[in-house]
Amino acid sequence: MALTRRSSGLLKPLSAASSASFLHRRPFSTDDTTTITVETSVPFTGHNCEPPSRSVDTTPKELMKFFTDMAVMRRMEIAADSLYKSKLIRGFCHLYDGQEAVSIGMEAAITKQDCIITAYRDHCLFLGRGGTLLESFAELMGRQAGCSNGKGGSMHFYKKESCFFGGHGIVGAQVPLGCGLAFAQKYRKEDHVTFAMYGDGAANQGQLFEALNMAALWDLPAILVCENNHYGMGTAEWRAAKSPAYYKRGDYVPGLKVDGMDAFAVKQACKFAKEHVLKNGPIILEMDTYRYHGHSMSDPGSTYRTRDEISGVRQERDPIERIRKLILAHDLATEKELKDIEKQVRKEVDDAIAQAKESPMPAESELFTNVYRKGFGVESFGADRKELRATLP
Amino acid sequence: MASIFQGVGAATSLDTKKFQLSSLRSVTGRKASCVVMRSGGAKMDGGSNQISGRADQLVTNAVATKADTPAASTASKPGHELLLFEALREGLEEEMERDARVCVMGEDVGHYGGSYKVTKGLAEKYGDLRVLDTPIAENSFTGMGIGAAMTGLRPIIEGMNMGFLLLAFNQISNNCGMLHYTSGGQFKIPVVIRGPGGVGRQLGAEHSQRLESYFQSIPGIQMVACSTPYNAKGLMKAAIRSDNPVILFEHVLLYNLKERIPDEEYVLNLEEAEMVRPGEHVTILTYSRMRYHVMQAAKTLVNKGYDPEVIDIRSLKPFDLYTIGNSIKKTHRVLIVEECMRTGGIGASLTAAITENFHDYLDAPIMCLSSQDVPTPYAGTLEEWTVVQPPQIVAAVEQLCR
Repeated sequence: MALTRRSSGLLKPLSAASSASFLHRRPFSTDDTTTITVETSVPFTGHNCEPPSRSVDTTPKELMKFFTDMAVMRRMEIAADSLYKSKLIRGFCHLYDGQEAVSIGMEAAITKQDCIITAYRDHCLFLGRGGTLLESFAELMGRQAGCSNGKGGSMHFYKKESCFFGGHGIVGAQVPLGCGLAFAQKYRKEDHVTFAMYGDGAANQGQLFEALNMAALWDLPAILVCENNHYGMGTAEWRAAKSPAYYKRGDYVPGLKVDGMDAFAVKQACKFAKEHVLKNGPIILEMDTYRYHGHSMSDPGSTYRTRDEISGVRQERDPIERIRKLILAHDLATEKELKDIEKQVRKEVDDAIAQAKESPMPAESELFTNVYRKGFGVESFGADRKELRATLP
Repeated sequence: MASIFQGVGAATSLDTKKFQLSSLRSVTGRKASCVVMRSGGAKMDGGSNQISGRADQLVTNAVATKADTPAASTASKPGHELLLFEALREGLEEEMERDARVCVMGEDVGHYGGSYKVTKGLAEKYGDLRVLDTPIAENSFTGMGIGAAMTGLRPIIEGMNMGFLLLAFNQISNNCGMLHYTSGGQFKIPVVIRGPGGVGRQLGAEHSQRLESYFQSIPGIQMVACSTPYNAKGLMKAAIRSDNPVILFEHVLLYNLKERIPDEEYVLNLEEAEMVRPGEHVTILTYSRMRYHVMQAAKTLVNKGYDPEVIDIRSLKPFDLYTIGNSIKKTHRVLIVEECMRTGGIGASLTAAITENFHDYLDAPIMCLSSQDVPTPYAGTLEEWTVVQPPQIVAAVEQLCR
């Protein structure tokens, strides 16, 4: 069987050497035709809608892709952790490890013309949308090769070509933006949908309900995805919300509660949501997920929850472990091969970090670029009617 | 197809050399056959800048009349008369006709026709999706407009009163202003945020706010204030065509100004100031409704023998320091008359900008007349004392020119 490209943009070989080594790996199962049926861990719970079935069809190729992609995401976040501790990444750094299944499952159900917008926990979603490791690490370290040229930082990853709209620091502000994306899709009569993601903390924001009202009023193709990791920074969900059933919060808007640690449940839910929304208007998906790290790097994550809880979730619900067990159960690869993949992933990540470290800091003149957009034709700017050129003292 | 405005009347204070033609620049790369750029003219050789010498004819009810001397070019049609809100509507309609991506969203803009009738008739013509009636949720419909702009649409977001946009401040500051920068240039936000602000007739404190001062330091946005039907239409069109987010400040009391504007299409420069009345003794910088108070004071000043140069700065961010600077270099005295509050207002920023750039040219400290730092009271007399009145302007000029 031909070793097909494993369709993972995450592992774009950084050098010819690594790509050559890639080609010489023993090809394990990349079968695209056999269907494997997987049962989700728990059934879906619906609100005002008929939940989809628990059985999800997949292929060996997809299973391997899930494993590899999630391994890359996990590895990237762990590497970002150590980079932060060695002060190469500064400011805020919100890590996504534990929640990878949401990104992976979503990508498996949609196309790159569907829009995704999220809050500040955006590194892995950026990778899922086709961003490269180099762009991510360079942006985190504030270098020129970053996806926003080093001017955005951890909370401002964007990728316009793949309809990834970021990357927003203010809690909840991205949800009205997401409804705007959906509005534009409806305006242009496109057959695509928007996933506006937010957390359990943001679920209490007023602008969310305002946006939901408008989306429902005009039947906008907006899917509101609440990534419920049960803690809004240090506040547990039961201390912040009178009704932590976020999928029911939409009242007249249907909702679905999904096990967010199960990539196939996420995939099924997103597929269901996309079909639903193109006919019936918005829907809320609540992803029951968990983050292993604290809210951000400055939060140890253990003052408001016990270490037992964290390790308990890691043992029982870890998304990568679930996929690993499925792969082994269906004999798609051996333990050693999976470990080799993880080693390969680690190497890719380390290579990306090394390359990102070599990228220079942005030039001084970059301070003033992209504040405004030129080209209208009648700008004057500046006291001499020429473009304002500021110089630093 | 160019209209040429000539200065007229009040010949006592105008030199013949000030009768200059507006320089015409057509926009590069566009079908320029019917678009005329009105610019302030780059020529600054002792002469003053262009247009309305007819400003001398302005009276308090601000019915502007155009000069109809035989010397006026007959190449142009006489134009048509309309009110300021109609001029805004005309500009809006022309742009919606021209570009299918232009859409309007706001409260009561559709079926109701707009609370100040700026969008009257547009919903019937363009449909409910292009002229969108939103619920009362400023934060989120502003956010929605910005999100739509990220994908390439060009929404015009109307705040029924500028003061309501305080609820949307987060969206305007963080998303509207900053997304182009933080995404490394990937997304542009070509929105226009517009609405009436300013002190009206006893509308109360919350409905008489001037938000220019709050928005002015947001990086990434442009702010313009219109004051006549002519510049309202031109600035509306320019704002819609601009790829940057533009906040267009209208004034509640100016919507019924009547003026004759050209028939042919024109777009104004967003960053240019307007020379309302050329002069020699003092530069008076103003914008929006205070322009009319200044012109009223100018009549008194002229009778007293002063020759004020009045500039409507129009562009509140960035300031047109070119026009302003040239004026200061000529008169050496500056008076700023604004409706913003004294603390942290547009006048405060303008004072700082002028002092930084043109300190050597000043013969006297810059005087800034602003509204009082109080919430606008309801009682009519108190409200009058909140804003700058013409006698105060006259007194200020007299003090400045001592």
